[in-house]
Amino acid sequence: MDSLIGITGKDFVIFIADTAQARSILKMKGDEDKIMVVDESKMFAMAGDTGDRTTFCEYVKRNLKLYEIRSGLTLSTHAAAHWTRRALADALRQNPYQTNLLLGGWDEESGASLYYLDYLGSMHKMPFAIQGYASNFVLSIFDRYYKEDLTVAEGLELAKLCIAELNRRFLLAQPDWAIKVIKKGENGKASLEVIVPASK
Amino acid sequence: KIQIFCHQMSILQHNGSSVIAMAGKNCVAIASDTRFGIDAQTIAFDFSKVWQISDKLFVGLPGLLTDSQTFSEKLKFRVNMYRLREEREMSPRVFSNMVASLLYEKRFGPYFVEPLIAGLDDKNEPFISGMDLIGAPVLAKDFVLAGTADEAMFGMAESLWRPDLSPEDLFEVISQTLMSAFDRDAISGWGAVVHVITPDQVITRTLKTRQD
Repeated sequence: MDSLIGITGKDFVIFIADTAQARSILKMKGDEDKIMVVDESKMFAMAGDTGDRTTFCEYVKRNLKLYEIRSGLTLSTHAAAHWTRRALADALRQNPYQTNLLLGGWDEESGASLYYLDYLGSMHKMPFAIQGYASNFVLSIFDRYYKEDLTVAEGLELAKLCIAELNRRFLLAQPDWAIKVIKKGENGKASLEVIVPASK
Repeated sequence: KIQIFCHQMSILQHNGSSVIAMAGKNCVAIASDTRFGIDAQTIAFDFSKVWQISDKLFVGLPGLLTDSQTFSEKLKFRVNMYRLREEREMSPRVFSNMVASLLYEKRFGPYFVEPLIAGLDDKNEPFISGMDLIGAPVLAKDFVLAGTADEAMFGMAESLWRPDLSPEDLFEVISQTLMSAFDRDAISGWGAVVHVITPDQVITRTLKTRQD
C-alpha cells in the first residue's frame, strides 16, 4: 500500500513516498517514483490504483502546462489544487479516478502550501498530510512533534522519525523511500531538490 | 455460534458532520463542527461546513464533503451571476428555492448534501430553511439541523430554543446545542465554528471543544 507523507515548513514542502509498486502479494518494482513534479514550483505525491494515478497526474500536469502556455501565467498551488479537485469531482459520477493525492508547492502569494485530496474530490489545505495506511501510525507523531516554521533539516528529522516508526510497526513497511523538496530558492523563485531519488 | 457483523456506513456518514441554524430576534445563527474525517479516521480539525454566500446569507452543507465543496462552488457561481444580471443580492428565500431546485435536478443521482440556509433578507427579517438531499424544503421559524448527530441535536435544540433570542443568547443556545450533540457522535466534532448574523455585522467565533 502506498505511503505518502507531506510536510510544510518555512518556505518549503517535503514529500516522502515509498517506492514499492505492488500487485497483490507481489512487489513488481522497488524503485517506483510516486512523486510527480508538475513544474519547479509544485509537485504531486500520488497513491492508489497504478494506472489511474499516473494517468490522472499526467493529465493535470499537461493541463496546467497548457494554461501556462496559453496565458503566460504559472498557476499558484491554490489554483492548481482547486483545478485538480474539480477534475476529480467531475469524474466521480462517470469514470472515477481511484487515486488519492497530495499536492504541495511554493509560490509568492501563499508561501509553502500542501493540499490533501482524496479520490472523491474532497480537498483540504493542511500543514502536514499523510495518505495510505501510514496515516494510522504517523499522524500522531506529527500531532506531537510538528510545529510551525520548521527548517528543512527539522522536517527531514521528523521524516526520519516517521519512517522509523513505520519500519518498526507497519506490517507492509517498505525499506526504500524517495524524498523531494520544493523550497524558495535564492533568487526568490521556487526550486526543486531531489534529496533521495526513487531509483538508486 | 459465531456472529459476524459487517457494518455498512451510508454515504452520508463517510465523512461525518453536524450543522445547525437557528433564528432569533432580528438575527440568525449557523454553526458547524470542524472535523474532516474519512470513515473512522480524523484527517483535520479545521474544516468548516458553512460557506458565506453573500453579506447576510450563509449556507451549511453537511454530508459527503466532496459534494459540499462542489455544491458550494455551484451556489456561489449562481449567486454571483444573479448579482451581475439583476444588480441586487439574491434574497434568502429565493436562494433556498434555487438550492432545492438544483438538488432536484439530480433526483436520480443526487448530491449527498443536506443544505441548511440562514440569512437576513433585505428588511433584516430572519430566514432559515433546511432540506434533504433531493431538495425537500423545510421553512422553520425556530431551527433547522442536519448531519450525523441530527437526532442528538434535535433533543438539545427543542429544550434550549425559545423565541426572540438576542444575538448573545442565540450564540449561547446554538453553541451548547451543537457541542452537547456532537460530543455524543463519534464522527463529528473536533472543534466548532459559529456565525451570528445581525443587521449590522456578522460575528464568527470558533469554539474550543473536546478534541475527540
